Order: sequence, then C-alpha cells, then structure tokens
Amino acid sequence: MTPDTHTHDNSPDEDPIRYLLHQALPRIGDAAQPRRDLWPDLLKRLDEKPAPVPWFDWALLAGLLGVVVFIPASIPVLLYYL
Amino acid sequence: MENESNDVLNAFRHGSVDAFEALFRLHQRAVYGWILRIVRKPTVAEDLTIETFWRIHKAHARFDPARGFEGWARRIATHAALDWLRANRTEAALTVENFPEPASTLATDPAITGETRTRTARALARLPAKLRVAAVLALVEDLPHKEIAAALGISVAAVKLRVFRAIRMLRKDLEQQGIRP
Repeated sequence: MTPDTHTHDNSPDEDPIRYLLHQALPRIGDAAQPRRDLWPDLLKRLDEKPAPVPWFDWALLAGLLGVVVFIPASIPVLLYYL
Repeated sequence: MENESNDVLNAFRHGSVDAFEALFRLHQRAVYGWILRIVRKPTVAEDLTIETFWRIHKAHARFDPARGFEGWARRIATHAALDWLRANRTEAALTVENFPEPASTLATDPAITGETRTRTARALARLPAKLRVAAVLALVEDLPHKEIAAALGISVAAVKLRVFRAIRMLRKDLEQQGIRP
C-alpha cells in the first residue's frame, strides 16, 4: 500500500461530513495484518471440488434445447426474455 | 511493497502453486489491510482475503506480468469486498465495536456524542455499496482519488462523483436524524 499523499485538516469547518466520519470511524491505515496464517485455509479452498450442477438445471437446459430444436420460431421470443 | 521477480510472476501465470504461495506470502498482508479498510471487520477481511486469492488463482492464466501483481490483486480484492457488502447489507452495518486497533489517534471531540458517532457510522453503512466504498476510502482513510480509481477500475472523475453523491446522501440521512453536519 502506498502512504497517503495528502492529509486533511480535521476541523469541523473544513469539511463537516469528513470530520464527523473521522470522529465516528477510526482510520485503519497500513498496519493491519491477519491474526492467523491464511495459507492452510486457502489451500483447502483450492482443493474443494466445484458443487455439482443440480439435476433440475440439466432438465431445464434439455427442455430449452428441445424447444429451440423443435420450435425454431421460439428463438426470438427466448432472446427477448434473456 | 516488495517486488516479486519476473520468474515468480511468469511461473504463477503458468499455474505454479509454489509461485502462487510466494505471491500469497508477499501480498496477503496488503490485500488483507485493503479489504479491512473497506469492510472494517477483521474476521470478514480474513475470509475475503482467502476469497480474493482463490479468485486470483482461478484467473492466473489471464494475469499479465507486465502490469504487476499488486494492482491486479487490489482490484480483485476490491470487487470481492464490494460483492460482500452487496450480499450482506445488514451484517455490513458499521458499529464502533467492530473496529480493530485504529491507525489514527484523532482526539475525540467532546461536542460529538457517542450517539452521533453511532448514527454517523450507521448512515455510512446505509449507503449503496459502490458509494460506501468510495466514501470510506476517500473520507475515512483519506486515500488519494487516483489510488481509489485504480482499485475500482474507474476514472478519477467517477470516484469524485461517487464521493460527492455519498456526501450528499450522508448529509440528507444525518439531517433526517436531527444531526446537522
């Protein structure tokens, strides 16, 4: 992260909304770091297999293809609703 | 930020897990810190750091070593954080207790009550995700518009517009709550 290149006057006159926000929320800055090693969790995530597509989605797709093949005139209607 | 060698970047692009781990070790803190600035919850920021690097790994073949890793990672991190804010509007509400150790030690203004601070934080949390990210980075974290624009993948003018709209919405929200900024 790059250091801040400008600072703002923290007086209510300069920018009231910014001043209020500074009062309400502390600036986090560059010093934050994770409290634990995230690599093992990332490895676990990478090893996860993608969820299988539900059978209903396949059935829907097959039905849609059937409509397109047997009733080509429906293509503009389908495109309109996509 | 330390610079990674071209060999590591090229190896990552070709799918090397060792190179990916090297890049992860080098950049995880910066990515985590960036996400934390946006979501402001350490646990969520950790989860989103994992999500970001998972997205980075999935997109390794599209990575262009000539354009550098840090900016690319930051853009992906920003979008992961934005996705989370959109999907978790209630959970994303800001409260003062949510914040880790602050970097700033701005003196507390006795004229501003705790109630006003809480209402201000909630008003910020009610902003649409796109405006909230721009407002937090520009008005709370005081980052330059250019840096925010690069992270969001938009122009500086678009960042200024988002900050302007965020301020307008915040002012209106606060006035409705009886707070006159």
